[in-house]
Amino acid sequence: MQFGIFTVSDVTTDPTNGTTPTEGERIKAIVTIAKKAEEVGLDVFALGEHHNPPFFSSSPTTTLAYIAAQTEKLILSTSTTLITTNDPVKIAEDYAMLQHLSDGRADLMMGRGNTGPVYPWFGKDIREGIPLAIENYSLLHKLWREEFVNWEGKFRTPLQGFQSTPRPLDGVPPFVWHGSIRSPEIAEQAAFYGDGFFANNIFWPKEHYMRLVSYYRQRFEHYGHGTASQAIVGLGGQAFMRSNSQSAKAEFRPYFDNAPVYGHGPSMEDFTEQTPLAVGSPQEVIDKYAGMREHFGDYQRQLFLMDHAGLPLKTVLEQLDILGEEVVPVLRKEFASNRPADVPDAPTHASLVAKRDSALAASAATDAAAV
Amino acid sequence: MSDVKKIAVIAAGLSQPSSTRLLADRLTEATVNDLRARGVAAEVTVIELRDLAHDVTNNLLTGFPSAKLDEAIAAVTGADGLIAVTPIFTTSYSGLFKSFIDVLDPQSLTDLPVLLGATGGTDRHSLAIDYAMRPLFSYLHAVAVPTGVYAASADWGSGGESTSSTLPARIERAAAELAALAAVSDRSDQVMDPFALPEGFSPVGSFGAQ
Repeated sequence: MQFGIFTVSDVTTDPTNGTTPTEGERIKAIVTIAKKAEEVGLDVFALGEHHNPPFFSSSPTTTLAYIAAQTEKLILSTSTTLITTNDPVKIAEDYAMLQHLSDGRADLMMGRGNTGPVYPWFGKDIREGIPLAIENYSLLHKLWREEFVNWEGKFRTPLQGFQSTPRPLDGVPPFVWHGSIRSPEIAEQAAFYGDGFFANNIFWPKEHYMRLVSYYRQRFEHYGHGTASQAIVGLGGQAFMRSNSQSAKAEFRPYFDNAPVYGHGPSMEDFTEQTPLAVGSPQEVIDKYAGMREHFGDYQRQLFLMDHAGLPLKTVLEQLDILGEEVVPVLRKEFASNRPADVPDAPTHASLVAKRDSALAASAATDAAAV
Repeated sequence: MSDVKKIAVIAAGLSQPSSTRLLADRLTEATVNDLRARGVAAEVTVIELRDLAHDVTNNLLTGFPSAKLDEAIAAVTGADGLIAVTPIFTTSYSGLFKSFIDVLDPQSLTDLPVLLGATGGTDRHSLAIDYAMRPLFSYLHAVAVPTGVYAASADWGSGGESTSSTLPARIERAAAELAALAAVSDRSDQVMDPFALPEGFSPVGSFGAQ
């Protein structure tokens, strides 16, 4: 089971004192936050992609490569990489590069993006969001697996004998997650390829995601990648903790009340009731997240949103201390107990290389036997 | 087809009691009576939007309904007939009425028979049913019955006899039109599959080739 953090890379005014970090300060803060994630024992750091203020992260691989150079074990991922408006050829190249520089500590999550104007800014039509995600990924999948690609589709110029460089590290492409909030087409796509499915459930009630995840699991089995319980599932989360519940609520409330996305809407109490947000003592957060697998089955990756809504860097680092030292160690134990032996961990570069090598050895043995 | 037809009623009045609710109740009673005359039983769910005003706003901001609002949405979208009544504010349906419509899935009212009702201070706004409400429901592919019922304050003091121009006569005619469509609707028996993939969908694409 992997635990980590993901960020949307927003530059937001701190509602308690009216100060706003500069882009430069937030960019440097993100690097500090990622290094802290490794220091406190988390497994994954994932960064979003946006092309409009107040977000700074337009070029995730640059940032992730910089972080990779300063970390040892942390897996670098995205939340999400825009499969609709990016050229799949450039995604193939950028992420293969990141994979090499990070010694295989890179994977990525595909997303469509829900900021309407980004589509026309990149010459695309938002009404084609799903077809773009389907066709672009099909090309990306091919570019990482075939040396020379001949290809023709609807959305990009054809390719004849094209080889993307660098080739994936050790000939094994980065693992891909597909992120979705509501589209069954994306769950179907993830299941078809045997890729991971990440349900970013932090803003909506769990019942919706339970159905979506269950659908993906069934289709994963249908396409022959394993049983439904072996499908690769990731979930989002959100927490704010202090040693006692009252202090956590009092400190987080102004950030909640003014947050992008849900601020000025429901009360913090209603929202914590309806969504994965947990505000309280470390034990309350443990209780809420230990219960997740009862709703979604045993899963592989849990990412927390910890640094949005204008929270100061100092607070975020304190939160990561609590998360890494008090919450995640307990959750690791909870998730390990009674976990069926045949439920896999999230694929890593090492596990994918081993899987490829054993498949090659098996087919070599078959060939030898045939001779 | 189920023997009991589901009728949902939206009343968007803001005061309590409201003349909008009064009109909604009259339209409901007339519709239920007409269905009964056809040998069809009706199950009525009345939704006072005032009780859901905060939930509707929260849904606009967060993108998901509270449990209470979700129940109301399910009652409306799974109905065999809808009676939608709003006060007319500043030449159109009220903001709360439109906000509730805005949180519905735009496909979810397709084929739904709807009776349009509105209330206002004077009869000068009676055409709001036809220039504001009717296009809204046309866009949603709902089937609005030809007779809309507008009740101005003065209508509540007019005679009860059924000449064609009185409020009771308009209520009767509109209710009969709705009942005729709701009686043969099978919308409440339909199972909606939220994971139904579009026809011809392929996980590897070929959108362009087709």
